[in-house]
Amino acid sequence: MAGITAYGGYIPRLRLSRKSMVDANSWANSALKGQAKAERSMCNWDEDSLTMAVEAGRDCLTAQPRDSIAAVYLASTSLPFDDRLNAGIAVAALNLPGGVRTLDITASQRAGTSGLIAALQAVAGEDGPLLYLAAEKRRAKGGSPLELSSGDGAAALLLGPGDGIARLLGSHSQAVDFIDHYRGQGRQFDYVWEERWIRDEGYLKIVPPVLAALLEKTGVKASEIAHFCLPCTLGRVTPAIAKTLGIAEEAVRDNLHAACGETGTAHALVMLVRALEESKPGEKILVAGFGQGCDALLFETTAALKTLAPRLGIKGSLARRKAETNYNKFLAFNDLVTVEKGMRAEVDKQTALSTLYRKRDMLTGLIGGRCEKCGTVQFPKSNVCVNPNCNALHSQIDRPFAEMGGRVNSFTADLLTYCPDPPAHYGMVQFAEGGRMMMDFTDVDTGSIEVGMPMRMMFRVKEYDPVRGFTKYFWKAAPAAAQA
Amino acid sequence: MATGIKDKVAILGMGCSKFGERWDQEADDLMVEAFEEALGDAGVEKNQINAAWLATAIEEQHVGKSGVPLAVALRLPYIPVTRVENYCASGSEAFRGAVYAVASGACDIALAMGVEKLKDTGYGGLPQRGRGVLNSMYWPNLSAPGSFAQLAAAYRAKHGVSADELKRAMAHVSVKSHDNGSRNPKAHLRNKVDEETVLKAPLVAAPLGLYDCCGVSDGAACAIVTTPEIAKSLGKRDLVSVKALQLSVSNGVEAQHNSWDGSYFATTRIAAKRAYDEAGIGNPREELNLIEVHDCFSITELVTMEDLHISSEGGAIADVLDGFYDAGGTIPCQIDGGLKCFGHPIGASGLRMIYEMYLQMLGRAGARQRADAPRYGLTHNLGGFPHQNVCSVSIVGRYES
Repeated sequence: MAGITAYGGYIPRLRLSRKSMVDANSWANSALKGQAKAERSMCNWDEDSLTMAVEAGRDCLTAQPRDSIAAVYLASTSLPFDDRLNAGIAVAALNLPGGVRTLDITASQRAGTSGLIAALQAVAGEDGPLLYLAAEKRRAKGGSPLELSSGDGAAALLLGPGDGIARLLGSHSQAVDFIDHYRGQGRQFDYVWEERWIRDEGYLKIVPPVLAALLEKTGVKASEIAHFCLPCTLGRVTPAIAKTLGIAEEAVRDNLHAACGETGTAHALVMLVRALEESKPGEKILVAGFGQGCDALLFETTAALKTLAPRLGIKGSLARRKAETNYNKFLAFNDLVTVEKGMRAEVDKQTALSTLYRKRDMLTGLIGGRCEKCGTVQFPKSNVCVNPNCNALHSQIDRPFAEMGGRVNSFTADLLTYCPDPPAHYGMVQFAEGGRMMMDFTDVDTGSIEVGMPMRMMFRVKEYDPVRGFTKYFWKAAPAAAQA
Repeated sequence: MATGIKDKVAILGMGCSKFGERWDQEADDLMVEAFEEALGDAGVEKNQINAAWLATAIEEQHVGKSGVPLAVALRLPYIPVTRVENYCASGSEAFRGAVYAVASGACDIALAMGVEKLKDTGYGGLPQRGRGVLNSMYWPNLSAPGSFAQLAAAYRAKHGVSADELKRAMAHVSVKSHDNGSRNPKAHLRNKVDEETVLKAPLVAAPLGLYDCCGVSDGAACAIVTTPEIAKSLGKRDLVSVKALQLSVSNGVEAQHNSWDGSYFATTRIAAKRAYDEAGIGNPREELNLIEVHDCFSITELVTMEDLHISSEGGAIADVLDGFYDAGGTIPCQIDGGLKCFGHPIGASGLRMIYEMYLQMLGRAGARQRADAPRYGLTHNLGGFPHQNVCSVSIVGRYES
């Protein structure tokens, strides 16, 4: 037996209006004109699949113990590193125990659900919970239908051996080398085949038998399904499949196309989290993932669902919204156009990997110090206590800062320094239990900051090293009020 | 028990290049320009100089490391040359080195030279540079205006001042310095500006606009120092002597401990107190006659008036708007135009401030000369950021005054 014990979600705050995308591109492809509706989620310049996964993970671990977690899996086809364990960065950012098992799961839009099946199988016989993360920031050519239909986002599930808030009734998979699209090694973009073929020969022929087999295997009738989550950007496919199987029309979950777009391999989980947010105990949720075959998982929610501590989730992230109508900004953030960055962007950004390793707790985990002599909390942890009335030597123990709220002490909006989204907002943040840091702000609106404003920490990209293909991460302060 | 530096060292000669966008000059040209003036003023030969100190802050941008660039530029006769760097207080550090060498008796005559060639970066403002391997991994990519601008936010919060009120006082600071700079032939910026122009200028780092920021200049300044006895033996009268040299360096309290509110310079308050003690000044508002402070930004000058214990805490806005620090006021601040208009070639700035004091005390300041030559003058440098900085406070005055 295995089940979901908690969930979390993260959709970036920026929502790009599809009208702005279509207005910019319909001169070249008039067929886009019918798609100028609603909006897609869009990473800020300092967000990627890893930062979104970490945020979803933090949300999922709200009011959950972290020291018992035995494994972290991370599913995405858009991980920042091809060869550096991405799940390992998440482990460090989430301050999880060093003994965790880790796995990056990738190479298919079905990775999110395939990995979830593997994780649920693994957790049934394991000694501790597994944190399952899925995130996607798909890169698409400017003006492509994929760019319009995609969105950026992440979901997280905490899995355990018991029933949790939703127990797994069963799962079923089938691998079919059906190439609706592919991305060759070293290629930046997908190559896509005709939509009608994908619909008729792909979804409509591959998905229904897998779902039917799962229902048969679990002895559950299609009419019992309360929530049916199948990501598909092609019109009417999911309702058609539901109808074929006998799943009630009202059970078909909104694919969130209007709210954020399809978040790639994370999307089945994003839809699952959204379904869990609206479920009542005792409901059955059918989740399917498509991509070179099909995965299906069937869950039944339990009474424990109602005792889960409040969290942001997908619902809360969707509410944390800032409309963006500047398609050029999207192009610049995603490096889809060569923009003038100015000479100040030319500074060498090499990372000393030895320093990063030595200071990984501080830089990735945002761990500072607490003086055991005087109790002063400080960042960074240092040999000599910063309290002028103490100055004790070697007196500090680890003190994590990431979940500690702070308040703005001073700030500016800097138009001189290089920032991919000027002005660069930064300032002094003073933490509730002590300690302070001159740090970058993110997800702020110019003119909205005041001294004393509450802030929360977010794991973000500090900067990119384009010469060496390295992404540097650190923590930034974002307005806490926007979390509510 | 230390007796302090007061009256142990006198200025024998000083020189200062024209500051500005010196497109046709190398750093060594600027050093020679300042040195020729100083040497002629001192009335000594180059080979009478026993040791030299060179201040440059962003050496990778022009002369490179070590004391060699000064030794080569002036063809110094194999004497000790030490290069010092302490952010924007570098020039004052070179002066301190030379003064201490003379005071110790190790040298009869010593040279302090500061130079910076900042206009070879290809862009305006200070060059973008590394902050150290670990610092670069977590500090924001903060610029000088971006870090000093934060004083305004914290000052407003502390004193309950409106954005407009503070911005107007800041504008007065800049208008005053432009007015002063217009009377200084060596100044980088010699144009007068009105308050409206300052207030309407484009933002650089909120709330600092273009006219709230000092110029970034090429330039050099130098001092030749000796003992008062040697100066007299060389026929000098009307000596200007060193009364105090103090330096205070942040130890991380402002950056990491919640006892600092962000609205003032902890270092300046400490260095100023020590300097007044060393110079024997009991009431700076009554006894100081002239000040040159590190007005890298208008807000810096404004809060520094309080940190130097001249304006009361929260009282700087009123003093500034009352004209207390104007050229015709009680204690003129930046009578030469300051960093704002004389310019800010980093390594030279501390020495440029002492140069102005020296000229004013000897009655040689031309169109900007105070009617009553000052007795005591204070110079002040800040390097780094409000939350982590180096602050020097020096006092010079008429000898036996």
